[in-house]
Amino acid sequence: MDRLTPVEQRAPGRWQIGTIARIEQETPRVKSFRIGLPMWMPHLPGQHYDVRLTAPDGYRAQRSYSVASSPLDAGEIELTIDRLDDGEVSPYFHDVAVEGDQVEVRGPFSSYFVWRGEAPVLLVGGGSGVVPLMAILRHRRRTMPELGMRLVYSVRTPEEVIYADELRDDALLTFTRESPDGWAGHTGRIDASLIGETGIQSGTAFVCGSNGFVETASRLLLESGFEPQQIRTERFGPTG
Amino acid sequence: MSGFVSRGFQRRRRPPEELAERLPPGQYFERGFPVLTAGPTPQVEPDAWGFRVDGMVGQERELTWEEFQALPFETVPCDIHCVTKWSKLGTSFGGVSVDTLLDGVEPQGSFAMAFSYGGYTTNLPLDDLTGGKAWVVTEHEGEPLPREHGGPARLLVPHLYFWKSAKWVAGLRIMDHDEPGFWEQNGYHSRGDPWREQRYWTD
Repeated sequence: MDRLTPVEQRAPGRWQIGTIARIEQETPRVKSFRIGLPMWMPHLPGQHYDVRLTAPDGYRAQRSYSVASSPLDAGEIELTIDRLDDGEVSPYFHDVAVEGDQVEVRGPFSSYFVWRGEAPVLLVGGGSGVVPLMAILRHRRRTMPELGMRLVYSVRTPEEVIYADELRDDALLTFTRESPDGWAGHTGRIDASLIGETGIQSGTAFVCGSNGFVETASRLLLESGFEPQQIRTERFGPTG
Repeated sequence: MSGFVSRGFQRRRRPPEELAERLPPGQYFERGFPVLTAGPTPQVEPDAWGFRVDGMVGQERELTWEEFQALPFETVPCDIHCVTKWSKLGTSFGGVSVDTLLDGVEPQGSFAMAFSYGGYTTNLPLDDLTGGKAWVVTEHEGEPLPREHGGPARLLVPHLYFWKSAKWVAGLRIMDHDEPGFWEQNGYHSRGDPWREQRYWTD
């Protein structure tokens, strides 16, 4: 445990102006933004930041985004943002923001959907629900790689896989709509056999995705032996 | 931080004109009814549901589903505001006023902890629960409250952020002091007034 970054639990809550240092296209509709922060503080993996955009007429829009990076990346956070066509904030990030732009953020917030070094851990993500789980997986790889943790990641098609080049044997993928040529792994919605294959039947589970996905996944986890109190969930609202 | 403008940002979402002033700061207009729950959805059947008021009271009260149904039922037109930034304007719920539920209970404290099936809790000053400001509701827009939205019954405190409106509510514990509930222990504001944008501890 002493290798975990010590974290002040109290959120700072103050708005600060960050600078977009790097933008990476993850999939056709998902981009990751590395944002340098003047008042950076370490987050707990799983926490989120609020982002605020201000128009010239003073109009402001706010949304919450999960941090994808490990708190070992001092001085910056990575926000991975899914483009929602009828949204207001995510299209700005996708269509307007460029490296060097400034963006107002505050955080990190919420200490419920966070990993504090518990083990074993099962991570279950649907679509862009993988984002906060990636912060947990990345941090564990850099602090306690021997610790039991598996990621189950449900995604529609090969081109929609976020963090594709970082998924190793600690990650189990299933493709629900279309799988890569020659794919010998799982296809279809997550089920009991996929959960069973992780070898993790108890401990702490983190589930993130759409409401339907989270309902299905948490029911499977209950059936496979997880206690309700040990299943932490994060459901997407329409955060455009 | 005033004066900051996001390069190239323009407003894209607008509530209908007549509803615009009902949108608190930092919120956006949402037509749907998103589901946000910490943990799995508890399965509570109406037959197994009950509501109790206990803690620092002159007289504890316990109600079965049937007894609850016999109480005066009100339709509550309201706007709801989720701390995750969406607001649903012009919706309605149906249920029993907390004033009615506290009839004969004689609260001896000024604070309450709402508690739910599944273990969720949220704290409220009694003042925010009484005086026609809070209900335990079993209907949404004329239909039985869906399970994912807290059915069979949830607390409704529309003038505070919606995490205060505990789903699958099982009762109220009256206390002589304030104590943080579930989200209030996890970084969210103790009171949660959307018009003052009380989202997090430091707001």
